[in-house]
Amino acid sequence: MTTTIETPAPVRDGETTGGTDRRSSRWLYVVLAVGLLVMALPFVWMVLSSVKPEAEVRSIPPTWLPETYTLENYRELFDRLSFPTYFFNSTVVAVVVTAGNLVFGSMLGYALAKLEFRGKRVVFALVLGTLMVPGMVTFVPLFVLVSNMGLTNTFPGLILPYLVGPLGVFLMRQYFLGLPDELIQAARVDGAGELRIFWSVMLPLTGPALATLGILTFLTSWNNFLWPLVVAQTEDMYTLPVALALYAVGQNATQYGLLLAGAVVVVVPVIVLFLAVQRYFVQGIAMTGIK
Amino acid sequence: MTTATTAPASRPAPTGGSPARRRRSLLQRRQARTAWLLALPFLLLFAAFTAGPVFASLLMSFTDMRSTDVRTPFAVDLAAFDNYTALFQDALFRKVAVNTAIFVLVGVPLTMVLALAAAVGLNNITRLRAFFRLGYYLPVVTSIVAVSVVWRFLLQPDTGPINQLLGAVGIGGPDWLGDPSLALPSIIAMAAWRNLGTLMVIFLAGLQTVPRELLEAAEVDGAGRWQRFRHVTLPLLRPTLLFGAVITGIGYLQFFEEPFVMTNGGPLNATRSVSYYIYDQFSFGNYGYAAAASYVLFVAIVVLTAIQFRVLRPKA
Repeated sequence: MTTTIETPAPVRDGETTGGTDRRSSRWLYVVLAVGLLVMALPFVWMVLSSVKPEAEVRSIPPTWLPETYTLENYRELFDRLSFPTYFFNSTVVAVVVTAGNLVFGSMLGYALAKLEFRGKRVVFALVLGTLMVPGMVTFVPLFVLVSNMGLTNTFPGLILPYLVGPLGVFLMRQYFLGLPDELIQAARVDGAGELRIFWSVMLPLTGPALATLGILTFLTSWNNFLWPLVVAQTEDMYTLPVALALYAVGQNATQYGLLLAGAVVVVVPVIVLFLAVQRYFVQGIAMTGIK
Repeated sequence: MTTATTAPASRPAPTGGSPARRRRSLLQRRQARTAWLLALPFLLLFAAFTAGPVFASLLMSFTDMRSTDVRTPFAVDLAAFDNYTALFQDALFRKVAVNTAIFVLVGVPLTMVLALAAAVGLNNITRLRAFFRLGYYLPVVTSIVAVSVVWRFLLQPDTGPINQLLGAVGIGGPDWLGDPSLALPSIIAMAAWRNLGTLMVIFLAGLQTVPRELLEAAEVDGAGRWQRFRHVTLPLLRPTLLFGAVITGIGYLQFFEEPFVMTNGGPLNATRSVSYYIYDQFSFGNYGYAAAASYVLFVAIVVLTAIQFRVLRPKA
């Protein structure tokens, strides 16, 4: 590396002068803005088309701004189709899965970071080793297991396989490692029991990590598709992505406006949630790199 | 629970050994007990629903298990390597394997280049950086099913806005998802659009660790903007790029929702992936066979990751 730097290179342009810098920075903003437009337009089009009447969604050439506004698509989703149920199911699953990952992930994460016990390395390696295992590998035996437990088409069936995960352990362990041991030692001197030290002294300090993990887990669960597709067998147990996907390939496949309104119902809540808590989220991505 | 763990402390210490050492081993035992208590709920769930199925899947792949055997999973017959042999003899499996390889080999570099460009762009501005980062990141948090629905309509030949925009500049847009040679590239483009935000955030974090002095020194030595990027920034970014390539590769090897929603795997299986194939086999009731296919995918993930580590590891 140093050698390449030492090789003298001709100055190709006058980029270092102030004027060019400002001009190139203005161009950079233009390019970035165009990129942003490309990123955002699909969502804009989705929302705009969801309030168009069906005939307009199918018009050739397509319109951008609706010529006629209607909430008919949403009315149909909520009245004729069971989107309130799907929304409820998705929420229940995501909330319980998130709670499980926060509680169990921080418990094991703390044990791995701050307590000495035999088998610690093995446990950590085992849990971390499954970070790379694709969901496709486990879902067939998982389905056999859940079937034999009589849990297909139930909330426990949807939830149990995701109640704990390697990401939670990894993230919480990292965070606990960064907290000083002196806190624990001081609490021990004060006579606090080990569980109490975890619960009342250390866990309250992990707010940012819990927030990051909570959001990551909630979004992953909300968007999860394969497992609920396999386990939810009747409409009353569908989650939002399952319902939307099955409508999109099933008998409603040609109701464009309806499907786009469905996509809005799936996407907009997470965008709102994400905008509300994005500070933690971006931190978390930089910390773990896993979406 | 608290009382249970503090109880041993009040027990009279057995005689023998120095008091300090006794205290220490007592503390150690108490720590170990607490640790296992904290670990137990996780490990039980993990064993049942993650680690167990990973091994069960491997065992299943050597049996002729079908959906009719669900109640008696231990009564199935061993099939040795029959599933694996059949798999590689199936022309459809070879087809979906090629599709998946194309998705990864084109999709990963495409996503990385776009993400790196966005990250470098954001790294060079001061105002509105957080705003742009947010905007580029937004598609990542959305459901793949939902964005696939949206893109299916965006890509419609007559009623879709993409061909309308192309028409405005005089290009007659094709039937993106209906043409066997364009369907997979279209889905790859959508995947890059949806996923570049993750890598952008990671790369941006990496770019901010590049020491300013090093770039300034290179500038003093006469290196232009591109040369500084090529010979200073990129080498320092290598571990970050490796990480990005690995996680994107793992994700792309498993693509499934996109063709499920957008094309049903068609036209002519042009967009059917290995994951889609596994799901289909599962739906047909061929559990042992599906498990074998899933293990092939697993091995592919491990191999791809190993290759990336070799190619992109820091040079000595």
